[in-house]
Amino acid sequence: MPITYTSNEQIEVYRFSLPAAILIPLLAVFLQAFVPLRLHFFSIFDLPLLVVIFFAVARRSQVSGMLTGAVIGILQDALTPSMPIGVFGIANTVVGYGASSLGVKLDVENTVSRLLVTLFFFGVHEVVYFSIARGLVGLTLNWSWGHELGSAFANAVVAVGMFAVLDKFKQRT
Amino acid sequence: MENLISRYRNLTILAVLLFGQVLGLAIQVKRSGENTSTRLIRVWAVDMVTPLEKGIVSLEAGVGGLWHNYFYLRGVRQENRELKEKIQQMEIERVRLNEDAEQARRLQELLGFKEQFIAKTVAAQVIGSSGSEQSRSIYIDKGSRDGIKPDMAVITADGIVGKVLRAFKSTSQVLLINDQTSGVGAVLEKSRLQGVLRGTPAGEVVLEKVMTDETVQPGEKLLTSGGDQIFPKGLPLGTISKVSPGPDLFLNIRIKPSAQLSKLEEVLVITQEEQREPVSADTQRVRAADILAQRLPSVPPKPAMPSIGPKVASTTTAAPGGSAAASAPEPGGAVTVTQKAVVKPANVQKPATVPVKVAPGAANEASDSGVAPAKSGAPPVQPTNQPAVPPSQPQDQPQ
Repeated sequence: MPITYTSNEQIEVYRFSLPAAILIPLLAVFLQAFVPLRLHFFSIFDLPLLVVIFFAVARRSQVSGMLTGAVIGILQDALTPSMPIGVFGIANTVVGYGASSLGVKLDVENTVSRLLVTLFFFGVHEVVYFSIARGLVGLTLNWSWGHELGSAFANAVVAVGMFAVLDKFKQRT
Repeated sequence: MENLISRYRNLTILAVLLFGQVLGLAIQVKRSGENTSTRLIRVWAVDMVTPLEKGIVSLEAGVGGLWHNYFYLRGVRQENRELKEKIQQMEIERVRLNEDAEQARRLQELLGFKEQFIAKTVAAQVIGSSGSEQSRSIYIDKGSRDGIKPDMAVITADGIVGKVLRAFKSTSQVLLINDQTSGVGAVLEKSRLQGVLRGTPAGEVVLEKVMTDETVQPGEKLLTSGGDQIFPKGLPLGTISKVSPGPDLFLNIRIKPSAQLSKLEEVLVITQEEQREPVSADTQRVRAADILAQRLPSVPPKPAMPSIGPKVASTTTAAPGGSAAASAPEPGGAVTVTQKAVVKPANVQKPATVPVKVAPGAANEASDSGVAPAKSGAPPVQPTNQPAVPPSQPQDQPQ
């Protein structure tokens, strides 16, 4: 199966029902806030980021992708008391824009491409997040390559399963 | 220009979105402290997420309670026996600690110290977290309508958890002590060295501001110092796990928190603290004059000497008022002043009086102030903040 598209006719653009578009991000934010209380290791996942990537590549609209990223990011910021609002917002906006731009050019329906796309955008997210938190907010954050790579792989694996479930909510335009 | 914007429409939107957020971020960073401008967004976000969390937590508690209280009762008898034994041991320990506490209160009373008491707490359930690895915070199911306000201390039975950062209507955000923006005034239990407890980006807890020339041993316990005006003094913070020289003049002291910060389920929020002078449990009501008289220097009790003449009575007599009183002048010019000899500790209900000889003319002064003049021929006057009888023999004291 070719990974790149040769013409615009091949691109399938999906949309989502309003309840799905609202409830899926909310559920992701909720799980991200709630599950680490019971399963501490869960905090290495970033479910809201995975939802941003999923919506961005499925809709294949850059405006929609970056807006989704901004809204979900700001929601995450609002739940993080020691951080000013905007750190996750900016990082997710960039990821939303990038993922939707990539979605126009690549086939992101197969498992391998989903794994690679998530790996790549998790890295982008972390770089942007750390840059803003250190450069603009002045927070002291430790960058650990091992931890970041481990998190990226863990998120990529979860993304493959999660995207398969979220595919059920897709509606053809 | 218009063509350019429409051509690069998406990039323009991206630039606007990023610029807006960076601007908002810069404003928030500049305005340190509570950002009222972002409070509304936080309230909305919390209101969207926490009802679901509350629902799941109460459902979980209900199901868990049903299982543990009605079905899963294996080993309960054995546990009950063990607990009964433990209660007996603790009862013995409690009696001993009560004695110590009473003694400490009496000493504090004598010195006029004030104690901080935790007057009121609100129990709350942990319903969520920030979900970010960089921010250590939790959400609890009690808010401003339960009397919770920002900067209130949050504790568990094991020790300090954190402080309330923001209080919403029915929920509150709690900043944990292992968050890198958190800081707690701390004191080492034995060496009494003071420092500041801080969280690290990795979620560990370290004690800062302890000089390298100080001796700090792993295993020593760390308590709150009360200096931050948030956490009451003397609550357990943690135990020193590792000590190493730091980059500057300070030691790098790693702390293992007393409270299990990653497994919090229920917490207590200290909603009211009181500062008052310690009062012994068995103290009866005393007059202000008595307290004043107690705090003034007086004469220590004389040992019983039956051979001494009737003018210098060695027996202690109870003086209800507790203040000094002069008797009629003696032919030799001496005056017998009955003066309070002891400051009443908890177990001494009424101050005893001891007759003391003083020079004529000094009697009035002495009787007014309760202080024996230095010119008297009597033994030198000492402030007597010592109980006449050890507290362990309260039954011997006049009531």
